Amino acid sequence: MDRLRRTNRAVLFASVAVTSLGLAVPASAQETFKLGIVTFLSGPAADSFGVPARNGAQFVIDQLNKGSVPSPYEKVGFGGIKIEPVIIDENGGATKQVQELRNLYQRDNVDVVLGYISSGDCLAVAPIAEELKKMLLLMDCGTPRIFEEAKYNYVFRTAAHATMDNVGLVRYMKAKNIKMDTLSAINQDYAWGQDSRADFVAAAQQLYPNVKVQTDLLPKYGAGQYGTEISALVGAGSDVVYSSLWGGDLQAFVLQSAPRGLPKRSQLVFSAADHVLPPLGDKMPDGTIIGARGAYGLMSQKSPLNDWLFRGYEAANGVYPVQAAYRMTQAILGLKAAVEKAMSKNGGKKPSTDEMVAAMTGLEWPSPGGLIQMKLADGHQAIQPIAISRTKYNPDLKRVDLVDIQYFAAECVNPPPGVKSIDWIKGGMQGAKCN
Amino acid sequence: MNFFLTIVLDGLIQASWLFIVALGLTLVFGVLKILNIAHGSFYALGAYIAASTVTLVAARGLPPGVGFVAMLLSVALIASAVGLLLERGLLKMFYGRDEVVLLLVTYAVFLILEDVTKLIWGVNPIYATQPYELFGNLEFAGLYYVGYDLVLIPISALIGFAIWFGLNRTVIGKIVLAVIHNEEMSVSMGVRVNQVYAIAFAFGVLLAALAGALTAPKISMQPGLSSDVIILSFAIVVIGGLGSVEGAAVGAILVGLARAASVHLMPQAELFMIYLIMAAVLMFRPEGLFKRETARRI
Repeated sequence: MDRLRRTNRAVLFASVAVTSLGLAVPASAQETFKLGIVTFLSGPAADSFGVPARNGAQFVIDQLNKGSVPSPYEKVGFGGIKIEPVIIDENGGATKQVQELRNLYQRDNVDVVLGYISSGDCLAVAPIAEELKKMLLLMDCGTPRIFEEAKYNYVFRTAAHATMDNVGLVRYMKAKNIKMDTLSAINQDYAWGQDSRADFVAAAQQLYPNVKVQTDLLPKYGAGQYGTEISALVGAGSDVVYSSLWGGDLQAFVLQSAPRGLPKRSQLVFSAADHVLPPLGDKMPDGTIIGARGAYGLMSQKSPLNDWLFRGYEAANGVYPVQAAYRMTQAILGLKAAVEKAMSKNGGKKPSTDEMVAAMTGLEWPSPGGLIQMKLADGHQAIQPIAISRTKYNPDLKRVDLVDIQYFAAECVNPPPGVKSIDWIKGGMQGAKCN
Repeated sequence: MNFFLTIVLDGLIQASWLFIVALGLTLVFGVLKILNIAHGSFYALGAYIAASTVTLVAARGLPPGVGFVAMLLSVALIASAVGLLLERGLLKMFYGRDEVVLLLVTYAVFLILEDVTKLIWGVNPIYATQPYELFGNLEFAGLYYVGYDLVLIPISALIGFAIWFGLNRTVIGKIVLAVIHNEEMSVSMGVRVNQVYAIAFAFGVLLAALAGALTAPKISMQPGLSSDVIILSFAIVVIGGLGSVEGAAVGAILVGLARAASVHLMPQAELFMIYLIMAAVLMFRPEGLFKRETARRI
């Protein structure tokens, strides 16, 4: 009887020991971090943004799971936990995305959702993640309105919004003595186009106080044919034609406007155009001023982290990485930094949503495009440095090179915390630190 | 004056390709009484086939003129075959059913063709611009225009005239008109209505695809192309009157001019303008500008 009691007691002790050991033991090898990734796999934005973002995600996750990423990201996966991606298509509109987001959290049980390129989708899904109390990382989308018109606890954006692109462009033009007495604009008629236009015009009016806005066009997204718009722009003959068109729309606009002499009559300024350089090649007019929504791709600065992404991505995909691949990379690396920060505080366990949210708030981490700082919207919205340059076709390499590159510090082109972007611009961009 | 001419020219360029698409839609409705939702997909199909042909020709080092002719021929051939196949293999099974059933069938074809184009050509935008440089650039009203855009205007007018002439001045056309006016009487007079249906549908598909092909060199082909076109062409045939060739022409010109005037004068109202015209026309002429006269049956 005693023997039996002793045995029972031993079993009980062993069980308690194993259980308590289990609680303290770091995340097991079998456990995975389920990461929902949403990006355009079809539709007009797939080629320019969605597929490069997906390719970026696959490259980075593969490298992280192998532990092949340079310092400070050499640890396998997220703190030793392998990453299991669940990739879905962003195409289909905001209503569909709301449903898909619920599915990702509630049916697929992902730990975090990371993605979204369309400003419309970002605006639609952010309140849903908040309602479900699940962590959501917006990796792209340009509209400043997400955190300027609402407050979120579970939602973050790991890239700067469109204000940076437009303030950067105008600062570049001023630095390079580009004449802009008159300005015309063509932007898509939705959140991204309208917000970009407002920021650019406001920034232009600050640094070029006498600028006169002439033709101001807002064709619908996916219009495809711009014959009439080009007539209006050529007819206006403004010093500068600004556009935030992107993807197939930007390609079509460039193809149709070049033979009609628009680039000869006006200085073309595009806020997000690096992604169309590989497909357009020599069709892209020399001297066009372009942004890439960050110091990305051919405008990126040398660093071990950037070399790793640029060369690795190029080797894996046969084309160099552009903005979407960079933005996806910085989002995944940011999440890794947040997860590992949370794990360092909880004894190495897979962190809860609240632990990850706390770790991500106000976080800073190095990325291939420079330092990312969650400085705006109470630590939920990133700022980052940007580069602007001019195009020049290189017939030897048969590709468009980017020349005359200028870099702007994050705090030179992004608003300070607590100030709405448009108010900051209209107030003379007070507090900007431009070295 | 120059400003006015610019609006007219921009409007006519826009109207030229829209007219060809709307012509096909109105022809199919006139003969088969089908509101063909898949019409925009045939436009996209034509554009994609044209891009592939032009790329193939250019890869062989042949001049752009050859590419232009080859793209028109290949599109005509494939589109006619697709049209005949669809009409004989699918649509004929639903004749006599409720109009809504046929509407749903063409919607299903639209969805299928969307996926077929994705399957064959992928989701990435593609373009084949070689023929766009074929006719050089011309200066007009103080602006440079691409010759290709201007050439589309007479091509479109020629196609419209050919269809009108074919319907109104040839024996085959009169047979088609007879079927349009009274199918039962035509059958009793020995007209093979099934053949008329097949040919009319194939022609409709051909026109949509041809418009796609002619537009292909100046646009970037990408998924979603078909839905934009179908909305515009529906607006045109509704303005012009369903089933009317003249109506399609006037509708296309009205839409083209309204759009051009709006972009030049009031850009914010551009999207609204087309629907404003449609609403204004329907308010006074609920069956469109060119209502088809129908004989009263006793």
